[in-house]
Amino acid sequence: MIALDSRPRLAAKARIRFDRKTARYLLLYPERGLVLNPTAADIATLCTGEHTVHAIVERLAEKYAPQPRAQVEHDVMSFLATLAERGLMQTDP
Amino acid sequence: MSDEYRPYTLVAELTYRCPLRCVYCSNPVDYARHTDGLDTADWLRVFREAEALGVVQLHLTGGEPVLREDLEALIEGARALDLYTNLITSGIPLSRERLASFRSLGLDNVQVSIQDVMAPSSDRIAGSRAFERKLEVARWVKELGFPLTLNVVLHRENLGHVEEIVALAEALSADRLELANTQYVAWALVNRRALLPTAAQLDRARRVSAAAQQRLRGTMEVLFVMPDYYSEFPKACMDGWGRRFIVVSPDGLALPCHAAHTLPGLHFDNVKHGPLETIWCESPAFNAFRGEAWMPEPCKSCERRTIDFGGCRCQAFYLTRNAAVTDPACVLSPDHGLIEAARQQALSASGGDFEYRAPRSTARK
Ligand code: SF4
Ligand code: SF4
Repeated sequence: MIALDSRPRLAAKARIRFDRKTARYLLLYPERGLVLNPTAADIATLCTGEHTVHAIVERLAEKYAPQPRAQVEHDVMSFLATLAERGLMQTDP
Repeated sequence: MSDEYRPYTLVAELTYRCPLRCVYCSNPVDYARHTDGLDTADWLRVFREAEALGVVQLHLTGGEPVLREDLEALIEGARALDLYTNLITSGIPLSRERLASFRSLGLDNVQVSIQDVMAPSSDRIAGSRAFERKLEVARWVKELGFPLTLNVVLHRENLGHVEEIVALAEALSADRLELANTQYVAWALVNRRALLPTAAQLDRARRVSAAAQQRLRGTMEVLFVMPDYYSEFPKACMDGWGRRFIVVSPDGLALPCHAAHTLPGLHFDNVKHGPLETIWCESPAFNAFRGEAWMPEPCKSCERRTIDFGGCRCQAFYLTRNAAVTDPACVLSPDHGLIEAARQQALSASGGDFEYRAPRSTARK
Protein backbone atom coordinates (compact mmCIF):
# COMPACT_ATOMS: atom_id res chain seq x y z
CA MET A 1 0.00 0.00 0.00
CA ILE A 2 1.36 3.41 -0.92
CA ALA A 3 1.23 6.03 1.82
CA LEU A 4 -0.60 9.28 1.08
CA ASP A 5 2.29 11.35 2.39
CA SER A 6 5.00 9.57 0.37
CA ARG A 7 6.52 11.29 -2.64
CA PRO A 8 6.59 9.01 -5.66
CA ARG A 9 9.30 9.42 -8.25
CA LEU A 10 9.67 7.56 -11.54
CA ALA A 11 12.52 5.06 -11.47
CA ALA A 12 15.70 6.09 -13.26
CA LYS A 13 15.02 3.57 -16.00
CA ALA A 14 11.62 5.00 -16.97
CA ARG A 15 11.10 7.88 -19.37
CA ILE A 16 7.92 9.53 -20.65
CA ARG A 17 7.57 10.25 -24.34
CA PHE A 18 4.77 11.58 -26.47
CA ASP A 19 3.76 9.28 -29.32
CA ARG A 20 2.65 11.18 -32.40
CA LYS A 21 1.15 8.09 -34.00
CA THR A 22 -1.41 7.49 -31.27
CA ALA A 23 -1.44 10.93 -29.63
CA ARG A 24 -0.79 9.22 -26.29
CA TYR A 25 2.08 9.34 -23.87
CA LEU A 26 4.27 6.27 -23.52
CA LEU A 27 6.23 5.28 -20.46
CA LEU A 28 9.36 3.66 -21.85
CA TYR A 29 11.74 1.38 -19.99
CA PRO A 30 14.16 -1.33 -21.09
CA GLU A 31 12.61 -3.42 -23.87
CA ARG A 32 9.12 -2.30 -22.97
CA GLY A 33 6.63 0.49 -22.89
CA LEU A 34 3.30 1.28 -21.29
CA VAL A 35 0.68 3.24 -23.19
CA LEU A 36 -0.67 5.87 -20.80
CA ASN A 37 -4.23 7.10 -20.85
CA PRO A 38 -4.57 10.84 -20.18
CA THR A 39 -5.03 10.42 -16.40
CA ALA A 40 -2.07 8.05 -16.14
CA ALA A 41 0.04 10.49 -18.14
CA ASP A 42 -0.89 13.28 -15.70
CA ILE A 43 0.00 11.11 -12.73
CA ALA A 44 3.29 9.95 -14.22
CA THR A 45 4.27 13.53 -15.02
CA LEU A 46 3.72 14.47 -11.37
CA CYS A 47 5.91 11.60 -10.10
CA THR A 48 8.97 13.77 -9.70
CA GLY A 49 9.68 13.17 -6.04
CA GLU A 50 8.40 16.64 -5.15
CA HIS A 51 4.69 15.95 -4.75
CA THR A 52 3.06 13.75 -2.17
CA VAL A 53 0.43 11.26 -3.27
CA HIS A 54 -2.08 13.43 -1.46
CA ALA A 55 -1.01 16.48 -3.47
CA ILE A 56 -1.24 14.54 -6.73
CA VAL A 57 -4.79 13.48 -5.90
CA GLU A 58 -5.71 17.06 -5.06
CA ARG A 59 -4.25 18.36 -8.28
CA LEU A 60 -6.06 15.82 -10.43
CA ALA A 61 -9.37 16.11 -8.57
CA GLU A 62 -9.31 19.77 -9.45
CA LYS A 63 -8.45 19.13 -13.07
CA TYR A 64 -11.01 16.37 -13.55
CA ALA A 65 -13.85 17.99 -11.60
CA PRO A 66 -16.73 17.15 -11.32
CA GLN A 67 -15.37 13.58 -11.17
CA PRO A 68 -15.73 12.38 -7.57
CA ARG A 69 -12.54 12.76 -5.55
CA ALA A 70 -12.78 9.15 -4.39
CA GLN A 71 -12.69 8.00 -8.00
CA VAL A 72 -9.59 10.10 -8.71
CA GLU A 73 -7.89 8.80 -5.59
CA HIS A 74 -8.65 5.26 -6.65
CA ASP A 75 -7.19 5.87 -10.11
CA VAL A 76 -4.03 7.39 -8.67
CA MET A 77 -3.51 4.58 -6.18
CA SER A 78 -4.04 1.83 -8.68
CA PHE A 79 -1.75 3.39 -11.27
CA LEU A 80 0.99 3.93 -8.68
CA ALA A 81 0.61 0.30 -7.63
CA THR A 82 1.09 -0.78 -11.26
CA LEU A 83 4.24 1.30 -11.47
CA ALA A 84 5.60 -0.07 -8.20
CA GLU A 85 4.91 -3.64 -9.23
CA ARG A 86 6.97 -3.14 -12.37
CA GLY A 87 9.79 -1.44 -10.51
CA LEU A 88 9.05 1.84 -12.26
CA MET A 89 8.59 3.95 -9.16
CA GLN A 90 10.50 4.86 -6.06
CA THR A 91 8.96 6.57 -3.08
CA ASP A 92 10.82 9.20 -1.13
CA PRO A 93 9.72 9.68 2.47
CA MET B 1 0.41 1.14 -43.61
CA SER B 2 -1.92 0.03 -40.78
CA ASP B 3 -0.95 -0.06 -37.10
CA GLU B 4 -0.78 -3.84 -37.41
CA TYR B 5 2.63 -3.14 -38.95
CA ARG B 6 4.23 -0.45 -36.86
CA PRO B 7 7.85 -0.82 -35.85
CA TYR B 8 8.50 0.09 -32.21
CA THR B 9 12.12 -1.02 -32.03
CA LEU B 10 15.13 -0.45 -34.22
CA VAL B 11 17.97 -2.88 -33.68
CA ALA B 12 21.07 -1.14 -35.01
CA GLU B 13 23.79 -3.72 -35.52
CA LEU B 14 26.60 -1.22 -35.76
CA THR B 15 29.31 -3.76 -36.55
CA TYR B 16 29.77 -7.51 -36.56
CA ARG B 17 33.31 -7.07 -35.23
CA CYS B 18 33.76 -8.34 -31.69
CA PRO B 19 36.67 -9.27 -29.46
CA LEU B 20 34.79 -12.29 -28.12
CA ARG B 21 33.97 -15.59 -29.82
CA CYS B 22 30.80 -16.77 -28.07
CA VAL B 23 29.69 -20.23 -29.10
CA TYR B 24 26.05 -19.12 -29.38
CA CYS B 25 26.65 -15.79 -31.11
CA SER B 26 23.54 -14.70 -32.99
CA ASN B 27 25.53 -13.02 -35.76
CA PRO B 28 25.31 -14.97 -38.99
CA VAL B 29 27.82 -17.74 -39.46
CA ASP B 30 29.16 -15.86 -42.50
CA TYR B 31 29.28 -12.54 -40.60
CA ALA B 32 32.73 -11.76 -41.97
CA ARG B 33 31.19 -11.11 -45.40
CA HIS B 34 29.24 -8.17 -43.99
CA THR B 35 31.69 -5.39 -43.29
CA ASP B 36 30.78 -2.05 -41.71
CA GLY B 37 29.20 -0.15 -44.53
CA LEU B 38 27.33 2.69 -42.87
CA ASP B 39 28.98 5.87 -41.72
CA THR B 40 27.77 8.20 -38.99
CA ALA B 41 25.52 10.21 -41.28
CA ASP B 42 23.93 7.04 -42.68
CA TRP B 43 23.10 5.74 -39.22
CA LEU B 44 21.69 9.08 -38.10
CA ARG B 45 19.45 9.12 -41.14
CA VAL B 46 18.30 5.57 -40.35
CA PHE B 47 17.45 6.65 -36.79
CA ARG B 48 15.47 9.62 -38.09
CA GLU B 49 13.57 7.58 -40.63
CA ALA B 50 12.88 4.84 -38.10
CA GLU B 51 11.53 7.35 -35.60
CA ALA B 52 9.25 8.79 -38.26
CA LEU B 53 7.87 5.29 -38.85
CA GLY B 54 7.00 4.95 -35.16
CA VAL B 55 10.14 3.53 -33.55
CA VAL B 56 10.58 4.58 -29.90
CA GLN B 57 13.18 2.06 -28.72
CA LEU B 58 16.70 1.81 -30.10
CA HIS B 59 19.15 -1.00 -29.44
CA LEU B 60 22.76 -0.22 -30.21
CA THR B 61 24.29 -3.62 -30.68
CA GLY B 62 26.54 -5.73 -32.85
CA GLY B 63 29.01 -7.47 -32.66
CA GLU B 64 30.48 -5.11 -30.17
CA PRO B 65 29.04 -1.60 -30.69
CA VAL B 66 31.65 0.19 -28.59
CA LEU B 67 34.20 -0.63 -31.30
CA ARG B 68 32.52 2.15 -33.28
CA GLU B 69 34.40 5.37 -32.71
CA ASP B 70 31.33 7.40 -33.58
CA LEU B 71 29.16 5.85 -30.87
CA GLU B 72 29.09 9.19 -29.02
CA ALA B 73 27.62 10.93 -32.06
CA LEU B 74 25.07 8.15 -32.52
CA ILE B 75 23.92 8.32 -28.89
CA GLU B 76 23.61 12.08 -29.12
CA GLY B 77 21.58 11.81 -32.32
CA ALA B 78 19.31 9.18 -30.83
CA ARG B 79 18.67 11.32 -27.79
CA ALA B 80 17.78 14.30 -29.93
CA LEU B 81 15.06 12.10 -31.47
CA ASP B 82 13.84 11.14 -27.99
CA LEU B 83 14.52 7.46 -28.63
CA TYR B 84 14.87 5.22 -25.58
CA THR B 85 18.39 4.00 -26.22
CA ASN B 86 19.88 0.79 -24.92
CA LEU B 87 23.53 -0.12 -25.39
CA ILE B 88 24.09 -3.86 -25.62
CA THR B 89 27.72 -4.57 -24.91
CA SER B 90 30.11 -7.31 -23.93
CA GLY B 91 31.82 -4.57 -21.94
CA ILE B 92 35.23 -5.49 -23.21
CA PRO B 93 36.78 -2.57 -25.05
CA LEU B 94 35.05 0.01 -22.85
CA SER B 95 36.64 2.54 -20.50
CA ARG B 96 34.95 4.17 -17.55
CA GLU B 97 35.53 7.61 -19.07
CA ARG B 98 33.82 6.67 -22.28
CA LEU B 99 30.88 5.15 -20.45
CA ALA B 100 30.57 8.34 -18.40
CA SER B 101 30.44 10.39 -21.58
CA PHE B 102 27.65 8.13 -22.93
CA ARG B 103 25.73 9.00 -19.79
CA SER B 104 26.02 12.72 -20.30
CA LEU B 105 25.04 12.33 -23.97
CA GLY B 106 21.75 10.77 -22.92
CA LEU B 107 22.13 7.00 -23.17
CA ASP B 108 19.23 5.43 -21.25
CA ASN B 109 20.20 1.86 -20.39
CA VAL B 110 23.18 -0.46 -20.55
CA GLN B 111 22.94 -4.20 -21.03
CA VAL B 112 25.98 -6.25 -20.12
CA SER B 113 26.16 -9.95 -20.88
CA ILE B 114 27.97 -12.51 -18.79
CA GLN B 115 28.28 -16.15 -19.70
CA ASP B 116 28.31 -17.76 -16.25
CA VAL B 117 29.07 -16.95 -12.61
CA MET B 118 32.74 -17.90 -12.52
CA ALA B 119 35.62 -16.86 -14.71
CA PRO B 120 36.71 -20.25 -16.10
CA SER B 121 33.27 -21.43 -17.21
CA SER B 122 32.23 -17.98 -18.41
CA ASP B 123 35.41 -17.46 -20.42
CA ARG B 124 35.10 -20.94 -21.89
CA ILE B 125 31.81 -19.92 -23.54
CA ALA B 126 33.06 -16.48 -24.62
CA GLY B 127 36.25 -18.00 -26.00
CA SER B 128 38.23 -15.24 -24.35
CA ARG B 129 39.29 -13.96 -20.93
CA ALA B 130 36.54 -11.50 -20.23
CA PHE B 131 34.60 -12.34 -17.08
CA GLU B 132 36.35 -10.16 -14.49
CA ARG B 133 36.33 -7.20 -16.80
CA LYS B 134 32.62 -7.62 -17.48
CA LEU B 135 31.87 -7.46 -13.77
CA GLU B 136 33.92 -4.31 -13.48
CA VAL B 137 32.00 -2.71 -16.34
CA ALA B 138 28.68 -3.76 -14.78
CA ARG B 139 29.72 -1.99 -11.58
CA TRP B 140 30.64 1.18 -13.47
CA VAL B 141 27.23 1.12 -15.14
CA LYS B 142 25.53 1.42 -11.75
CA GLU B 143 28.09 3.81 -10.27
CA LEU B 144 27.49 6.18 -13.16
CA GLY B 145 23.74 6.11 -12.52
CA PHE B 146 22.58 3.99 -15.45
CA PRO B 147 19.98 1.27 -15.11
CA LEU B 148 21.68 -2.08 -15.62
CA THR B 149 20.34 -5.06 -17.53
CA LEU B 150 22.30 -8.24 -16.94
CA ASN B 151 21.89 -10.77 -19.71
CA VAL B 152 22.83 -14.41 -19.42
CA VAL B 153 22.26 -16.88 -22.23
CA LEU B 154 21.38 -20.26 -20.75
CA HIS B 155 22.43 -23.71 -21.98
CA ARG B 156 23.37 -27.09 -20.56
CA GLU B 157 26.63 -25.86 -18.99
CA ASN B 158 25.14 -23.03 -16.91
CA LEU B 159 21.47 -23.94 -16.38
CA GLY B 160 22.37 -25.41 -13.02
CA HIS B 161 23.72 -22.04 -11.83
CA VAL B 162 20.56 -19.93 -11.91
CA GLU B 163 20.59 -19.37 -8.11
CA GLU B 164 24.14 -18.08 -8.31
CA ILE B 165 23.34 -15.94 -11.33
CA VAL B 166 20.43 -14.33 -9.48
CA ALA B 167 22.67 -13.70 -6.46
CA LEU B 168 25.28 -12.08 -8.67
CA ALA B 169 22.65 -9.89 -10.34
CA GLU B 170 21.47 -8.78 -6.90
CA ALA B 171 25.02 -8.06 -5.78
CA LEU B 172 25.46 -5.89 -8.88
CA SER B 173 22.07 -4.18 -8.22
CA ALA B 174 20.88 -5.06 -11.71
CA ASP B 175 17.51 -3.56 -12.60
CA ARG B 176 16.67 -6.33 -15.01
CA LEU B 177 17.97 -9.87 -15.34
CA GLU B 178 17.45 -11.69 -18.58
CA LEU B 179 17.78 -15.43 -18.31
CA ALA B 180 17.46 -16.17 -21.98
CA ASN B 181 17.70 -19.74 -23.10
CA THR B 182 19.74 -20.16 -26.23
CA GLN B 183 17.84 -19.81 -29.50
CA TYR B 184 19.21 -22.41 -31.84
CA VAL B 185 20.01 -20.36 -34.91
CA ALA B 186 23.38 -19.08 -36.23
CA TRP B 187 26.34 -20.21 -34.09
CA ALA B 188 24.09 -21.79 -31.50
CA LEU B 189 22.80 -24.18 -34.15
CA VAL B 190 26.36 -25.10 -35.09
CA ASN B 191 26.98 -25.88 -31.42
CA ARG B 192 23.57 -27.28 -30.60
CA ARG B 193 24.81 -30.67 -29.54
CA ALA B 194 27.03 -29.15 -26.88
CA LEU B 195 24.48 -26.54 -25.75
CA LEU B 196 21.01 -28.08 -25.76
CA PRO B 197 19.91 -28.93 -22.22
CA THR B 198 17.62 -31.69 -21.02
CA ALA B 199 14.02 -31.17 -19.96
CA ALA B 200 14.96 -31.90 -16.34
CA GLN B 201 17.65 -29.20 -16.30
CA LEU B 202 15.24 -26.68 -17.72
CA ASP B 203 12.47 -27.52 -15.34
CA ARG B 204 14.63 -26.95 -12.34
CA ALA B 205 16.02 -23.66 -13.69
CA ARG B 206 12.53 -22.47 -14.47
CA ARG B 207 11.38 -23.11 -10.92
CA VAL B 208 14.37 -21.32 -9.45
CA SER B 209 13.85 -18.28 -11.63
CA ALA B 210 10.11 -18.18 -10.95
CA ALA B 211 10.86 -18.03 -7.22
CA ALA B 212 13.39 -15.25 -7.77
CA GLN B 213 10.92 -13.36 -9.94
CA GLN B 214 8.36 -13.49 -7.16
CA ARG B 215 10.79 -12.50 -4.43
CA LEU B 216 12.32 -9.60 -6.36
CA ARG B 217 9.14 -8.12 -7.80
CA GLY B 218 9.36 -4.34 -7.86
CA THR B 219 13.14 -4.33 -7.35
CA MET B 220 14.60 -6.39 -10.15
CA GLU B 221 12.74 -7.61 -13.18
CA VAL B 222 13.58 -11.27 -13.76
CA LEU B 223 12.82 -12.64 -17.17
CA PHE B 224 13.12 -16.31 -18.07
CA VAL B 225 12.86 -17.11 -21.76
CA MET B 226 12.02 -20.75 -22.45
CA PRO B 227 13.75 -22.39 -25.38
CA ASP B 228 11.19 -23.29 -28.01
CA TYR B 229 12.74 -26.75 -28.32
CA TYR B 230 10.93 -27.51 -25.07
CA SER B 231 7.73 -25.53 -25.58
CA GLU B 232 4.61 -26.93 -27.11
CA PHE B 233 4.20 -24.03 -29.48
CA PRO B 234 6.80 -21.74 -30.99
CA LYS B 235 7.46 -18.17 -29.97
CA ALA B 236 6.07 -15.25 -31.86
CA CYS B 237 9.50 -14.69 -33.34
CA MET B 238 10.23 -10.93 -33.39
CA ASP B 239 6.51 -10.44 -32.58
CA GLY B 240 5.83 -11.43 -36.16
CA TRP B 241 7.75 -10.87 -39.38
CA GLY B 242 7.98 -7.18 -40.29
CA ARG B 243 5.55 -6.22 -37.56
CA ARG B 244 7.33 -4.58 -34.62
CA PHE B 245 11.07 -4.68 -35.31
CA ILE B 246 13.52 -3.41 -37.87
CA VAL B 247 17.04 -4.76 -37.74
CA VAL B 248 19.71 -2.98 -39.75
CA SER B 249 22.88 -4.98 -40.37
CA PRO B 250 26.36 -3.43 -40.33
CA ASP B 251 26.42 -3.27 -44.11
CA GLY B 252 23.04 -1.54 -44.23
CA LEU B 253 20.50 -4.26 -44.98
CA ALA B 254 17.08 -3.56 -43.46
CA LEU B 255 15.81 -6.84 -42.03
CA PRO B 256 12.83 -8.22 -40.10
CA CYS B 257 15.19 -10.20 -37.83
CA HIS B 258 18.88 -10.78 -37.09
CA ALA B 259 19.26 -13.72 -39.43
CA ALA B 260 16.82 -12.94 -42.25
CA HIS B 261 19.60 -12.12 -44.71
CA THR B 262 20.81 -15.70 -44.48
CA LEU B 263 17.55 -16.99 -45.98
CA PRO B 264 17.95 -17.77 -49.68
CA GLY B 265 15.55 -16.37 -52.24
CA LEU B 266 14.78 -13.13 -50.42
CA HIS B 267 16.32 -9.88 -51.52
CA PHE B 268 16.82 -7.36 -48.74
CA ASP B 269 17.22 -3.70 -49.58
CA ASN B 270 20.04 -1.56 -48.33
CA VAL B 271 19.18 1.59 -46.41
CA LYS B 272 21.81 3.39 -48.45
CA HIS B 273 19.74 2.95 -51.58
CA GLY B 274 16.32 4.03 -50.43
CA PRO B 275 14.18 5.41 -47.64
CA LEU B 276 13.39 3.08 -44.76
CA GLU B 277 9.69 3.77 -45.11
CA THR B 278 9.61 2.39 -48.64
CA ILE B 279 11.56 -0.69 -47.58
CA TRP B 280 9.32 -1.29 -44.57
CA CYS B 281 6.04 -0.82 -46.43
CA GLU B 282 6.73 -2.03 -49.93
CA SER B 283 9.72 -4.33 -50.18
CA PRO B 284 8.82 -7.89 -51.18
CA ALA B 285 11.10 -9.31 -48.48
CA PHE B 286 9.37 -7.42 -45.63
CA ASN B 287 6.02 -8.51 -47.02
CA ALA B 288 7.03 -12.12 -47.68
CA PHE B 289 5.76 -13.49 -44.36
CA ARG B 290 3.33 -10.82 -43.26
CA GLY B 291 -0.29 -11.79 -42.77
CA GLU B 292 -1.57 -15.29 -43.48
CA ALA B 293 -1.40 -15.68 -47.24
CA TRP B 294 2.00 -17.42 -47.07
CA MET B 295 0.95 -19.87 -44.37
CA PRO B 296 0.80 -23.59 -45.04
CA GLU B 297 -1.18 -26.07 -42.99
CA PRO B 298 -1.29 -26.69 -40.07
CA CYS B 299 -0.87 -22.94 -39.41
CA LYS B 300 -3.40 -21.78 -42.00
CA SER B 301 -6.33 -23.20 -40.05
CA CYS B 302 -4.85 -22.97 -36.55
CA GLU B 303 -6.28 -20.72 -33.85
CA ARG B 304 -2.84 -19.68 -32.72
CA ARG B 305 -1.80 -18.20 -36.04
CA THR B 306 -2.45 -14.65 -34.83
CA ILE B 307 -0.53 -15.35 -31.62
CA ASP B 308 2.72 -16.93 -32.81
CA PHE B 309 2.49 -16.19 -36.56
CA GLY B 310 3.70 -19.70 -37.31
CA GLY B 311 6.96 -19.30 -35.39
CA CYS B 312 10.45 -18.53 -36.65
CA ARG B 313 11.11 -18.43 -40.40
CA CYS B 314 14.83 -18.86 -39.92
CA GLN B 315 14.39 -21.89 -37.68
CA ALA B 316 11.99 -23.36 -40.25
CA PHE B 317 14.59 -22.89 -42.96
CA TYR B 318 17.60 -24.11 -41.03
CA LEU B 319 15.86 -27.28 -39.96
CA THR B 320 13.86 -28.10 -43.10
CA ARG B 321 15.46 -26.03 -45.90
CA ASN B 322 12.12 -24.33 -46.45
CA ALA B 323 11.44 -20.99 -44.76
CA ALA B 324 7.72 -21.13 -45.57
CA VAL B 325 6.73 -24.12 -43.45
CA THR B 326 5.42 -24.30 -39.89
CA ASP B 327 8.22 -23.86 -37.38
CA PRO B 328 9.32 -27.42 -36.46
CA ALA B 329 9.35 -26.34 -32.80
CA CYS B 330 5.52 -26.57 -32.93
CA VAL B 331 4.09 -29.93 -31.84
CA LEU B 332 1.65 -29.69 -34.75
CA SER B 333 4.40 -29.38 -37.35
CA PRO B 334 4.97 -32.42 -39.57
CA ASP B 335 8.69 -31.78 -39.02
CA HIS B 336 8.48 -31.81 -35.24
CA GLY B 337 10.42 -35.09 -35.19
CA LEU B 338 13.57 -33.06 -35.88
CA ILE B 339 13.13 -31.31 -32.53
CA GLU B 340 12.31 -34.55 -30.73
CA ALA B 341 15.47 -36.11 -32.13
CA ALA B 342 17.58 -33.19 -30.86
CA ARG B 343 16.01 -33.54 -27.40
CA GLN B 344 16.71 -37.24 -27.45
CA GLN B 345 20.31 -36.49 -28.31
CA ALA B 346 20.53 -34.08 -25.36
CA LEU B 347 19.71 -36.94 -23.00
CA SER B 348 22.80 -38.88 -24.01
CA ALA B 349 25.16 -36.04 -24.94
CA SER B 350 27.93 -35.40 -22.49
CA GLY B 351 28.54 -31.79 -23.45
CA GLY B 352 31.36 -31.46 -25.81
CA ASP B 353 33.53 -29.58 -28.16
CA PHE B 354 32.56 -26.15 -29.32
CA GLU B 355 33.17 -24.46 -32.57
CA TYR B 356 33.99 -20.89 -31.60
CA ARG B 357 32.71 -17.98 -33.62
CA ALA B 358 35.33 -17.17 -36.27
CA PRO B 359 35.31 -15.85 -39.81
CA ARG B 360 34.03 -18.28 -42.43
CA SER B 361 33.71 -17.23 -46.01
CA THR B 362 30.50 -19.09 -46.79
CA ALA B 363 27.89 -20.66 -44.56
CA ARG B 364 28.56 -24.34 -44.23
CA LYS B 365 25.88 -26.82 -43.33
S1 SF4 C 1 27.46 -13.05 -28.70
FE1 SF4 C 1 29.60 -12.90 -28.02
S2 SF4 C 1 30.81 -13.03 -29.91
FE2 SF4 C 1 28.69 -12.57 -30.54
S3 SF4 C 1 28.63 -10.35 -30.68
FE3 SF4 C 1 27.95 -10.88 -28.60
S4 SF4 C 1 29.81 -10.80 -27.33
FE4 SF4 C 1 30.47 -10.87 -29.48
S1 SF4 D 1 0.36 -24.76 -36.20
FE1 SF4 D 1 1.32 -22.83 -36.73
S2 SF4 D 1 -0.04 -21.26 -35.87
FE2 SF4 D 1 -0.58 -23.23 -34.90
S3 SF4 D 1 0.60 -23.28 -33.00
FE3 SF4 D 1 1.84 -24.34 -34.58
S4 SF4 D 1 3.14 -22.74 -35.45
FE4 SF4 D 1 1.52 -21.69 -34.30
